[in-house]
Amino acid sequence: MANMAEMPEGYAGEGFFATSLSKAVGLARANSLWPLPFATSCCGIEFMATMGSNYDLARFGMERLSFSPRQSDLLMVMGTISKKMGPVLKQVYTQMAEPKWVIAVGACASSGGIFDTYSVLQGIDKVIPVDVYVPGCPPRPEQIIDGIMKIQELVKNEPLRRRYSPEYQHLLEKYQIS
Amino acid sequence: MSQVQSYFSQLDSIDGELATLNLGPTHPATHGIFQNVLKMDGEKIVSAEPTIGYIHRAFEKLAERRPFNQITPITDRLNYCSSPINNMGWHMTVEKLAGIEVPKRAQYMRIIVMELARIADHLVCNAVIGVDTGALTGFTYMFQERERIYDMFEEVCGARLTTNIGRIGGMERDFTPGFHAKLKDFLKTFPPRFEEFGRMLERNRIFMDRVINAGPISAEMAMNYGFTGPNLRAAGVDYDVRVMTPYSSYDDFDFIIPVGQNGDTYDRFMVRQEEIRQSLKIINDAYANLPEGAYHADVPDYYLPAKDEVYTKMEALIYHFKVVMGEVPIPKGEVYHAVEGGNGELGYYLVSDGGRTPYRLHFRRPCFIYYQAYPEMIKGAMLSDAILTMSSMNVIAGELDA
Amino acid sequence: MNLSNELVLARFEQEFPGVVKATETGIDGILAVEIDREQVADVLRKMRDDSVLQFNFLSSLNGMHFPQNEGRELGVVYHLHNWVKNFRMRVKIFFPISNPHVPTLTGVWPTANWMERQEYDFFGIVFDGHPDLRRILNVDDLDVFPMRKEFKMEDGTRTDKDDRFFGRDGHEGRSFD
Repeated sequence: MANMAEMPEGYAGEGFFATSLSKAVGLARANSLWPLPFATSCCGIEFMATMGSNYDLARFGMERLSFSPRQSDLLMVMGTISKKMGPVLKQVYTQMAEPKWVIAVGACASSGGIFDTYSVLQGIDKVIPVDVYVPGCPPRPEQIIDGIMKIQELVKNEPLRRRYSPEYQHLLEKYQIS
Repeated sequence: MSQVQSYFSQLDSIDGELATLNLGPTHPATHGIFQNVLKMDGEKIVSAEPTIGYIHRAFEKLAERRPFNQITPITDRLNYCSSPINNMGWHMTVEKLAGIEVPKRAQYMRIIVMELARIADHLVCNAVIGVDTGALTGFTYMFQERERIYDMFEEVCGARLTTNIGRIGGMERDFTPGFHAKLKDFLKTFPPRFEEFGRMLERNRIFMDRVINAGPISAEMAMNYGFTGPNLRAAGVDYDVRVMTPYSSYDDFDFIIPVGQNGDTYDRFMVRQEEIRQSLKIINDAYANLPEGAYHADVPDYYLPAKDEVYTKMEALIYHFKVVMGEVPIPKGEVYHAVEGGNGELGYYLVSDGGRTPYRLHFRRPCFIYYQAYPEMIKGAMLSDAILTMSSMNVIAGELDA
Repeated sequence: MNLSNELVLARFEQEFPGVVKATETGIDGILAVEIDREQVADVLRKMRDDSVLQFNFLSSLNGMHFPQNEGRELGVVYHLHNWVKNFRMRVKIFFPISNPHVPTLTGVWPTANWMERQEYDFFGIVFDGHPDLRRILNVDDLDVFPMRKEFKMEDGTRTDKDDRFFGRDGHEGRSFD
C-alpha cells in the first residue's frame, strides 16, 4: 500500500468514496501527465539522465513521452531557445490542447542563462506563459524532479473551469495566442 | 488486356511529383534541433536541404567579451556530452600562447579526465544508435554507466555535465580519495558490462542487417568534406589528432586507432565501440603510472594562489585580485591548437592583442563541418536510414551552431 | 623529407614567385603567409596539388575584423594541414571593408561551403562564385553583421537588465589604468 497516490479529502463509506469531481480529475491528471520533451541543448542530456534508471521519471507517471504536441499535456522546455527557434516554440505551444502546462528547465529557458547575446531569447516567458521555472545550468535531475512535483501540485489543485476564466484569457491575449 | 493489367499500365504512365517532407526542427528522432527539408520519391530521398542555427548562441562574440579564465564555461557548451575535452583544449590553447609548461602529473590527470569524457560521449552515441534501431535496453544500461562517470566528474570539479574542469596551468585540485576509489571501481566493473552491451549488438544479425550500408561515405569524399574523428576513421583514414600532433603527453601511451572500411553506420558504431576499449586502456595505463608532483604549474599570474596565502601574504592577495578580475598577462600573438574531441578535431584559433579578453576566438567545430556532407550521404536512401545516419554521425546541436 | 617553414617558403618562391606579401610565425610555430585576395583560390589549389607542399586538408577558415587598419579592415585566415608530412600553415588575406569580395574555395574543397557561409553571416564577406551564399546561423532577415567590432553583443531590445549592475557601462574592453 506504500506505492499509491495520496487520497484526496472526501467522505468514505461502506464500498464507496465521495469527493469533488475536480479533486478526482486533478488526481488522475497529476499522476499521468504526458510530457513533451522539447530538449534543445545540455539540459536535454540531463533530462535523458532523469529518464534513465537512476533518477527514473517514469515512477511519476511519465512513462509515455509524446513528441507530438497534440497528444501531450506538459511542455518541458529544456535548453537554450534562440530567436530563430522562438516562433517554432510558440507554434508547438499553440498546437497543444487544453489543459496544458509549461515547465522551463534550466537557466537558458528561464531567463537566457549565461548567453546574454543578440541571438538568444532571454527567457521563454517572452513568447509563451510558463508555470514552473527550474533554475540550474544544468539543473541536477533531483531539481528537475522537484520542478515536476511542483507541476503535479499545480495540476492537482487546478479547478476545472480555470481555463475559461477572464484572467486566463487575458494572459493568453498578452502573448497574442488566440 | 484485362482490367487489372490496364489499371497497372495506367499507373506507370502517371508522372510522379516529388513529395516534400519537413524533418522539422523539433522531431523525436533528430537529436538536437536542426531542420531538413527532404524531397522524396515515394520512400527514397532525392534531395535534402538542411537548415541550422536554431540554437545559435554566439560563442565567438561572447568570447570577445570575457577574460580568458571565464571562457571555459562557454567551451563546456560546445560538445556538451564530453565537456572536459573542450575545457582542456581551451586551457592548452592559452597555455601555448602564454608559454606555460604544465607538470607531468597534471598532464596525466588531464588525460584520465579527457578519456572518461570520450567514453561518456561514445556511450551516448552508441546507445542512441541502439534506440533508433529499436534496441531500447542498451540505452538504460549504458546511461547507468554514464551516471558513474558523472560521479567521478563531480569528485573532480563539482558538476556533472558542464564541468568547467581544470584551470589555466593545471587542475584545480588533486584527485580526492573518493575519486581514486570510484575510478578503481569503474575500471574493474565497467568493462564486463560494456562487453554485455557489445554482445547484444555487435554481431547481432538483425542489427547488422539494419545498419550495414546505411549512409556510406568514401574516404576521398570524407576528406574533401573536412571529416575528422570517428566518422572519418569509419571511412578508412586513420587520422587522430592525439597521434598526429600529440598534446598533454599522449605520446607516452600506446593505443590503436580503430579504422573501418565503408564509412557506413555499422563502421561508425564499431569504431566508437573500439575507441571506448582503447580509452579504457589509456586510462588504465595513465592511472597505473600517475607520476608524483604538483598538479598545477607554478604560475601565480594565471593560477589562483592557495587561500591561506591569500589571507596572510600581500603578493598572493594581489595575484588573486588580478586573476579574478581577468588581468592576466597574455602576450600579443596568435595560436591554433587542436584536440581530439568526441567528434573529431576541435580547434581553437586565438588571436590576442595583449588585452584582458581575446581579440578573436574561432572554434573549429567538427560537427558543423561534417554535417555539410549529410545531404550527400542520404541521397537515394530511405527515410529510416536517413534518421539512422544522422544519429550515427553524433551531431550535437551545441557544436553545430555555437 | 620533412617540411619546415623555410622549405615551404622556398617552395613558394620557386612555384609562385612574388605571391607572398608578408610572412610571420605565430607563437605556436606555425607559419602564416599573407597573399593577395584575387589569387587565393588559385594559390590554394596549387598548394593542394603540388607534389612537395601537398596541403590536402582545409582545417578551417575564419574572418577577422580590424577596424583600425585603413584599407585592410576585413581579413580571412585559412588553416591548412598537410597530412602526409604533418605540417600546418596559415594563409591570410586582407581587404577593405568597402569592397568585401573574395573568390570562393568551394571548387577546391567542398568543405569550404558552410565555412564561407558562416563568415558571410558574421562579417559580411561576400565569396564570389559560392553556390548558395546566404545566412546560416543567424535569422535570415538580420540586416547587420554581428561579429564586426561595432556591433554590441547584448540584445538591443531587452528591458529587464540594468547594464550598470552587470559592469557594462561603456567602459568594457579598457584595461585598468
